[in-house]
Amino acid sequence: MKFTLKVWRQTANPKDTGRFRTYEASDISPDTSFLEMLDIVNERLIERGDDPIAFDHDCREGICGTCGCVVNGFAHGHQEGTTLCQLHMRSFDDGQIIWIEPWRARAFPVITDLMVDRSAFDRIIQAGGFISIRTGSPPDGNAIPIPKDDADLAFEAAACIGCGACVASCPNASAMLFVSAKITQLGLVPQGQPERWDRVRTMVAAMEEAGFGACTNNGECEAACPKEIPMDLIARLNRDLACSLLKK
Amino acid sequence: MQLDPKIPEGPIAEKWDRAKFQLKLVNPANKRKYSVIVVGSGLAGASAAATLAELGYGVDCFCYQDSPRRAHSIAAQGGINASKNYQNDGDSDFRLFYDTIKGGDYRSREANVYRLAQLSGNIIDQCVAQGVPFAREYGGLLANRSFGGAQVSRTFYARGQTGQQLLLGAYSALSRQIGLGNVKMHTRTEMLDLVVTDGRARGIVVRDMLSGEVRSHAADAVILATGGYSNVFYLSTNAKGCNVTAAFRAYKRGAAFANPCYTQIHPTCIPVTGEHQSKLTLMSESLRNDGRIWVPKEAGDRRPPGEIPPEDRDYYLERRYPSFGNLVPRDVASRAAKKVCDEGRGVGETGLGVYLDFQTAMERLGEDAIRDKYGNLFHMYEKITAEDPYEVPMRIFPALHYTMGGLWVDYNLESTVAGLFVLGEANFSDHGANRLGASALMQGLADGYFVAPMTVGDFLARAGKSSLSTDSGDFKAAQTEVNEKIKKLLSIKGERTADSFHRELGKILWEHCGMARNAEGLSKALEQIPRLREEFWGNLKVLPGRNDQVNQTLERAGRVADFLEFAEVMVTDALSREESCGGHFREEHQTEEGEARRDDERFAHVAAWEFAGVGKPPVLHKEQLTFHEVSLTQRSYK
Repeated sequence: MKFTLKVWRQTANPKDTGRFRTYEASDISPDTSFLEMLDIVNERLIERGDDPIAFDHDCREGICGTCGCVVNGFAHGHQEGTTLCQLHMRSFDDGQIIWIEPWRARAFPVITDLMVDRSAFDRIIQAGGFISIRTGSPPDGNAIPIPKDDADLAFEAAACIGCGACVASCPNASAMLFVSAKITQLGLVPQGQPERWDRVRTMVAAMEEAGFGACTNNGECEAACPKEIPMDLIARLNRDLACSLLKK
Repeated sequence: MQLDPKIPEGPIAEKWDRAKFQLKLVNPANKRKYSVIVVGSGLAGASAAATLAELGYGVDCFCYQDSPRRAHSIAAQGGINASKNYQNDGDSDFRLFYDTIKGGDYRSREANVYRLAQLSGNIIDQCVAQGVPFAREYGGLLANRSFGGAQVSRTFYARGQTGQQLLLGAYSALSRQIGLGNVKMHTRTEMLDLVVTDGRARGIVVRDMLSGEVRSHAADAVILATGGYSNVFYLSTNAKGCNVTAAFRAYKRGAAFANPCYTQIHPTCIPVTGEHQSKLTLMSESLRNDGRIWVPKEAGDRRPPGEIPPEDRDYYLERRYPSFGNLVPRDVASRAAKKVCDEGRGVGETGLGVYLDFQTAMERLGEDAIRDKYGNLFHMYEKITAEDPYEVPMRIFPALHYTMGGLWVDYNLESTVAGLFVLGEANFSDHGANRLGASALMQGLADGYFVAPMTVGDFLARAGKSSLSTDSGDFKAAQTEVNEKIKKLLSIKGERTADSFHRELGKILWEHCGMARNAEGLSKALEQIPRLREEFWGNLKVLPGRNDQVNQTLERAGRVADFLEFAEVMVTDALSREESCGGHFREEHQTEEGEARRDDERFAHVAAWEFAGVGKPPVLHKEQLTFHEVSLTQRSYK
């Protein structure tokens, strides 16, 4: 297969505002994954002595959350429930023009080309996305029974891979889906109750401080999420936040 | 070099208790005066960093990813073993210990494995308290499933994402300590050297992958939790970034490398489709419960699978191992697949694949039952291959998955360099020559949460502060060496990319040091690897002149350079171990039926290799393994 790529290029120089560059990707097998297609283009760029396209990636099996670009306007590309590394070239048309951009959000500054700085997500978790338990002091695992439905829903929420597609697809660059996933997971289990109301306040404060926008129920996040985390969780987050403010 | 395993005295069940009593303690008020470096933020690294910080030590944690949550522990699917005996099916610490020793083909240290079994239950408690959403039964209690190599149900799981959930638990504990200011996290930072003065680890040299800056960090103890080296084969189920660099640099500074030839090849992965392929994807071992593995009887039979009648099919595992059938252990299943492909009976475009067929199970149980059990895996398979496994059989082939070998450590997880501790997959200690499923997560967390925090404290109490600043001569020298190497990589200006060298190295190793090995092939590899390395240093092409910002070609080139040296140590080990055990199969050493034959007389030892200088073969040291609790038997699955 053959494609024309329009790729966002931006150097680490803070004054560089970036631009699209055009590359031809020819002789691409339909079984190639999107990132392998970029590997091939890069290999050819290096052989020509050109600057290869920098992009983040690691596990290439859809679980580490490292990869992600906006492809033809969709975070992680057009295929539902799929990370960029699991997207295959057979789902594109031969000869298609493909636009590739980094996540765009004030809280995710571009580092270079398609790489962005998502450390804001880490700071939100550091602010309260945990249960304060010292190593060595827990009760027996079965001393805390949890109804299966709660445990299953907590798991659905915990499946978040922290890739940032929700932020990249949101017109407000809001991180509400990401935060709500952690709030839901820890709020559903008994172990998470003692810190529940503080947690929601500190995490939301960290989210706002990082420069993420507010949620206006647009729903793009749910559509873009490669783990298909539903946006009802945002309602849970809002309810917990309201309760915590009343309790204060 | 002395290999003192420091196994505590006394009955096996009391060893860890005795050790803990004998380990020296650091006064709570003094802990903050000590600093510890942790390299790696996977299960072992994150849990160790968090726990040491909780105890009061000052911790610096390093990872090459953009966040500690991305370490490759996250990709583990199946589960984590623990001898809780919640199922009342006769499990115990001793049974878990016994299964692990036997599964490892009697090539691991009894005392370490017993401790692992003892700590396994605490891990589950710890993770539950962190909010890890393990699968549960309707009564609200924890659920278990069965796994290979055991006759009890002791595997705890979170659907097919157990590694992710456990890692996010450890990451949350680590994040809490970062937020409290007790851990300083250094992301996108790669360790490039270890600094050793007077036989003690003093710190590390790192490169900032964004700015290219090379700098040093000093500490009173250094912990490596940097994972395995499967990527030496280029194609593996590991993440693209996984590498041997940190462990290998430590080896070159005096840490012995143990059993590098013990590599695990997982039988059920999606086959390679072509040269472009960058990694391999695992399909859970559980599929072999209902899938039947077969190839055509005749070599060169290119008919589509649906047109091959039953009498022309060879269900080779059922034929060769009637009692275990499709559920033989990983190493046996992998070798059998290789054998039929070598005979020209492999399937798919490349001829490197076998069918995993659910037709019989679907006829027996109905398609819905199969969908219930394996729906998500079938979906993933279809996404990658564009074939519907409900209609046509899956194609699978073995792939590199895990490495049991690693830096040699004693009972306290301390390497042959004082003050250098090695945790998780990076060390060699618990899995012998073959790891059982659901045991890697258990080992990483046992090392990080429970063992290292005790033993590192003991080291600090005995050895005191290091008091060597990064201005000292050894730090400066190491930093200069690292800078020189980078400069050299940037200056070659040849024709070939680092990836192309890496792919070629992978092919050499897969052919000669893969599922089946023999002296002739290994010797050939030992000729080919240095030749390839020589070409690498003369004909490499990286993005020139750019070491002040992101340069991913340079990062890869540095890792490939180390793989090219490490590969020689691995092959040397494989050549010197003249027996077959676990994942190491030497064709000269097999029974008449083609099964692995151990040689306990000559090889019941750990082979620990010492770096002897550039261009010199490594020196072999042996740690004899003694077995008091189990008797050594030949594994049979007929």
